[in-house]
Amino acid sequence: MQHQTRQGLIAAVPVMLGYVPLGFAMGVLAHGAGLGIGEVLAMSVLVYAGSAQFIAVGLFQAGAGAWSIVITTFLINSRLMLMSASLVPYLRKIPAGRLAALSYEITDESYAVSLGHFAGYEPEEKYLWGLFPACHLSWIVSTVLGAWVGNLIPHPEAFGLDYALTAMFICLLVFQLKDALTYFTAIVSGALALVIYVLVPGRWNLIIATVIAATVGVALQQRKALSEVGGK
Amino acid sequence: MQNVYLTILGMTAVTYLLRAVPLLLLNKAELPPVVLSWLRLIPPAVLGALTAQSIFLRGTAVTFRWNNIYLLAALPCFAIALKTKSLLWTIAVGLVSVIILNQFKPALF
Repeated sequence: MQHQTRQGLIAAVPVMLGYVPLGFAMGVLAHGAGLGIGEVLAMSVLVYAGSAQFIAVGLFQAGAGAWSIVITTFLINSRLMLMSASLVPYLRKIPAGRLAALSYEITDESYAVSLGHFAGYEPEEKYLWGLFPACHLSWIVSTVLGAWVGNLIPHPEAFGLDYALTAMFICLLVFQLKDALTYFTAIVSGALALVIYVLVPGRWNLIIATVIAATVGVALQQRKALSEVGGK
Repeated sequence: MQNVYLTILGMTAVTYLLRAVPLLLLNKAELPPVVLSWLRLIPPAVLGALTAQSIFLRGTAVTFRWNNIYLLAALPCFAIALKTKSLLWTIAVGLVSVIILNQFKPALF
């Protein structure tokens, strides 16, 4: 096996282990919402987006229609658009066909891990071919396992299973906090997400908060850079 | 009447377009440095928003009550995430914290 592919596989291990409780929780909740193993399998293979799947399960349970579930998925996952765009500087050398395949595998976690790697190493396509499919496989296996044993766990919330997603976000957020500017951007974005949720109908809060917070962060950074140049 | 498989296909289509289109369209474009700096701030912004929503949004209402179990459990999660940088440990600590807090729920509410 190529060295970079193996590096990708090794980097996948913590994500794969993290997906086990998370995917298991999602499978159990899906079972509780009346979804079968085949439906959970299809969702994990095809959609492959943790938070959207959790929320879709809640909507299925509430009897929501297909359109409202698809539109909610779009809004929840709209952040993937920004993540996809932010990978551009690193993946320029990859031909379009393989890029189209790799982009299928972008998740909060695989994205955070690959960006962490690119910060210290030359971006290598083979690394992603190790990391990405391993993460996806773990997600599929653990969600199906959860759906399969779901009938053994009548009250999943008593075991804190619905908290798995929150805990995952906290850890992924911590991965991204490197300096004062990233702390500032994350806090502004978090506060805005809540304010906009209350003020703006529909689930646009995530994308609006993200765009405003990143813009304010860049404006501050540019201003600081300018004043440093001016001071010399 | 819900058609679960058709809904899943719809979810698949919108999610894939969101993942693929920016990467494929912007890949051949020259991006100015300020845009690159902006793109680098997207991850902390996205995760800040997701985390805040996940902790403070209960049902369809935003709550700032101190006895929100999700908020209380977030404190040990942050501590362990900062210390270990491990997804697995953070989720484990989160689940255990919620189980323990649920035991004290009658006293908290």
